[in-house]
Formats: sequence, structure tokens, C-alpha cells
Amino acid sequence: MAARKEDEPMNKRTTVERKSDRELVVTRTVNGPARIVFEAWTRPELFKQWWVPKSMGMFLRSCEMDARVGGRYRLEFGHDPSQSMAFFGTYIEVTPHSRLVWTNEEGGDSGPVTTVTFEEKGGKTLLVLHELYPSKEALDAAGTGAADAMGETFEQLDELLVTLGASVGPP
Amino acid sequence: MVQYTSARLDASFSALGDATRRGVLEQLGRAEASITDLAEKFHMTLTGMKKHVGVLELAGLVTTEKVGRVRTCRLGLHGLAEEAEWLERHRYLWEARFDELDKVVEELKRKEKVDGRKKRR
Repeated sequence: MAARKEDEPMNKRTTVERKSDRELVVTRTVNGPARIVFEAWTRPELFKQWWVPKSMGMFLRSCEMDARVGGRYRLEFGHDPSQSMAFFGTYIEVTPHSRLVWTNEEGGDSGPVTTVTFEEKGGKTLLVLHELYPSKEALDAAGTGAADAMGETFEQLDELLVTLGASVGPP
Repeated sequence: MVQYTSARLDASFSALGDATRRGVLEQLGRAEASITDLAEKFHMTLTGMKKHVGVLELAGLVTTEKVGRVRTCRLGLHGLAEEAEWLERHRYLWEARFDELDKVVEELKRKEKVDGRKKRR
């Protein structure tokens, strides 16, 4: 993980703040009107193109979204259905081009409620994603899921490189 | 790069805004010490030193541990480092996601432009 941080550019476009014991707030400005950005969040064929970055090496097997109040969504990961990981919940609020609120129910009662607001200014859209957890413990324990797995992958790669370096080193 | 909660930052800054407390941190950077040791070194009463250590502890800069009748103080930066690590992991995930979202939005804008031209024809 340490190596990854050094290689990473000092990019401040995405901010992450722990607003309180139970709240996480993420912001980012996207270069496009709210109408288009909102579409990318609510149409499954678009959403699945970005929610799971390619660099994660995770496979999003299916993505169903019914972005209406009371509608449900379900994301399933993994190549093999027997070892799949599912994320699902319900949309509580859907205000076109400005606000989305949904529940995260895969973790039972410990899941957060996620609110995303879209604020357009000069052709750009400020995204504010707010996650409210039921308790401090739930947020402390909130993993980044696939990102954690990726950290492990990097560590494995580091180990492999060390092994390779050792075997091809001077005799 | 990492944003701490502002309350935590306030506590850290006010803890550092005192010469004695900065001295205590410097001292603990060299070696752990008991409150009694620190009080002697800084020519203070035990009660006075306890107050300073309390402020540093609240700010997460110092941790203390009581063994028998002796309370040992050491630098407590570990808590901050863990918090930074936790935030950084979350930031890394969102940064990667939003970089991909940028591409999707660019593509949608491009398509819209093309479609717009077609309609005008």
C-alpha cells in the first residue's frame, strides 16, 4: 500500500471527509451537465461502465436498477455465480438531475443510507455523496470492498516481483 | 490529500499552541516518560502536567497507560495514521470510480453532439 501512495499523483479532485462518527462525505466535480451525469448514475448500462473501475480487476456480472422511488437495485460481482457477492437496496428518493437517495441492505441493519446530490454550475456538475451509517462502529468497519481486494493484489504483485528479482539477480 | 475531521484538527492545533505541550511532545519523541518524569523536567506540579497531557491525549497526539501507580505517556500519532490510511483507502476507490465516470460522461456528451448535428441536417 505504501508504494501505491508514492506513485499516486497528488490529485485533489476527489475529496473524502469523515464528517462525523457516522457520516462519510465524498465530493467531485464532473465535466458535464447534471442531466448527463444523473443519467450515468441511473441507467444500468452506463452505471456499470464506471462503478467498478477496470483497475480493480473485479467482474460485475449483473447490474439491475429501477431508479424510481421504491424501486430496487442489485449488483452482482464475480465470474462464478456460486461465489458471487451481491449489493442491493431500495431507492428512497429520485429527483431527476438533482438528488438520489438509496439504502444499502446487503449488510443487514449496519448498511448506510446513501444520498447523492448533483449541482450544475457552468456546464459542470458538483457531485456530493453522503453516506449516513447507523453507528460509528458500522462506519469504522466499512470496507472499500473491491479496493481492499486490490490492495491485496498489489501486495501479491510486490511479493512476486521480489521473488523474481531474487531469482534473476547476479549469482 | 487527506482531510481530517475539522474537530480533530482543531484539537490538534490548540494542543500544539502551547510551548510546554510542544516540549512534552518533543520529549516523548525521544522516549516514553511518566507524568512524574515530565513534571520534574518541566518544573511543574503533577496536577499541571496531568492537565497538559490530558489535552494532548484528547487531541490524539499522546497515549497514556497506567501500570500500578505510574502513568506512562508516549506519542500517540498511531491513531492519526490509522485514520489517514482509512480515509485514503476510501478516497482511492472514489477517485478511481469518478475517473471512469468522467469517461462515460465525455462519451455521452460526444454522442449528444453527433446526434444534434444529425437532427439539424
